[in-house]
Amino acid sequence: MTDVLIVGAGPAGLSAAISCAERGLQVQVIDEFMRPGGRLLGQLYQETDGSWWNGIEEAAKLQDKAASLGVVLKLGISVIDLNQSEDGWIVYTSTGILKAPALLLATGAAETACPIPGWTLPGVMSIGAAQVMTNVHRVRVGMRGVIVGINVLSMAIAHELELAGIKIAAMMLPAKNMINKDVGDPRKVMQSIVRLGHLAPSPLLRLGSGLMRYSSLQSLGLHLYPKRGFKVWGIPVQLRKAAVEIEGIEKVESVRVANISPEGDIVPSTSRSLPVDFVCMAGGLYPLAELAAVAGCPFRYVPELGGHVPLHNARMETPLAGLFVAGNITGIESAKIAAAQGSIAGLSIAAFHQVSGTEEDLLESIQNLRITREKASIQFHPQVADGRRRLESMFSENFS
Amino acid sequence: MKYGRVTYHPVLGTLDKRESLRFLFDDQEFEAYKGETIAAALLANGVRTLRRHEETGTPRGIYCNIGHCFECRVTIDGITGQRACLTVLKDGMNIRSGEMLPTPLKKGAH
Repeated sequence: MTDVLIVGAGPAGLSAAISCAERGLQVQVIDEFMRPGGRLLGQLYQETDGSWWNGIEEAAKLQDKAASLGVVLKLGISVIDLNQSEDGWIVYTSTGILKAPALLLATGAAETACPIPGWTLPGVMSIGAAQVMTNVHRVRVGMRGVIVGINVLSMAIAHELELAGIKIAAMMLPAKNMINKDVGDPRKVMQSIVRLGHLAPSPLLRLGSGLMRYSSLQSLGLHLYPKRGFKVWGIPVQLRKAAVEIEGIEKVESVRVANISPEGDIVPSTSRSLPVDFVCMAGGLYPLAELAAVAGCPFRYVPELGGHVPLHNARMETPLAGLFVAGNITGIESAKIAAAQGSIAGLSIAAFHQVSGTEEDLLESIQNLRITREKASIQFHPQVADGRRRLESMFSENFS
Repeated sequence: MKYGRVTYHPVLGTLDKRESLRFLFDDQEFEAYKGETIAAALLANGVRTLRRHEETGTPRGIYCNIGHCFECRVTIDGITGQRACLTVLKDGMNIRSGEMLPTPLKKGAH
């Protein structure tokens, strides 16, 4: 008999599994991918103290701990449908039907598309695809490419590709169009990356992060912005250039690049072709929450959390009995936050099963998460804490 | 052109020796390593195109590489619509790329 079924074997799902199993629950975790760890697997960056955060090792630690506690982990299984019965949740998967009184959805995030003409050509892939191919599968995505879309994630992965010996000719914005709005606007992109200034090796970016908090200086900064971009980890970051079209017949051959104004408008007669054999599209992340919608969970739109998120409280409970959420399905944040949310969800699930003595640990872990979030050096959105507070008050207004 | 593998990595280390296996993609034989996905092995062998768009016939390859986008769907041992990015290769697998389909009811159909 499974007490709790967890969908998603990333940092949130595995941490929740550990937390549940430590309190004596029978736990089953399923994931579509062939390896556990979720998007931890591709992560590779240097901490401010110089040590490497290696997501593959972090995933292995979680997997080993879960296994030692008797957690059942099944990989390569896709969830097709789910519904609630009197006895709990019924989950229809690609290999059969699973049932449990408690269900945790820890499905993570997906990438927002930032399409430009030619983006369906073989050789064009999402930035996360390149990360997984390089660091997890250890296959080269190409010899020389460009990254279209400048954000926290794409800058981190650009560095990872360079580490693996894959040349990034440049990072630039996608041309503004009916879909690409903020991601194609140099002012908006500048605002989001200057928050990373304290981590940046570039003196310009560091200087920028001091100056650019004022919007008037941001505009000035963009006018003075070097035409060739500045280099981060040796990669030209070009906020004043946009990819207009990806060119090729059977596969990527080049990218047509044009200069853009500080507002993101194309400067006429400035485009030229940059020869490359792969292109990564980086439009950012949004919570992957379809299963919560299928379950009938209410949603709220919270831009600070990355879009539409299932309504939940600080205990990671949804308004539906026995349905819990944790990790990026609840909003876009780092793997460390996702793991902390998973531990909270695990304690909440133990409380749902009336395991005694969980309440105090639960309140403490909720408090610890708030501290971790305040100390986080990288935030995907500056107002993430505000978004979380707003969502929690929406939950308590409606369901308490 | 073969893109090959990231055999040496300054932080992740050198790839261990793995057992090799063989598979067919559109009747052509390829070599791969045990544990590799169809998408990874084909890319390492320089194959980017996994299917043709059913209606337009334009070429498609991997896009998200983690199972969300379904751009990489192929036919594996006769079963259609399988994701090349999530399927781990087995020795002797017979894989076919997706092909353009007839559109007899479309105006100006071919």
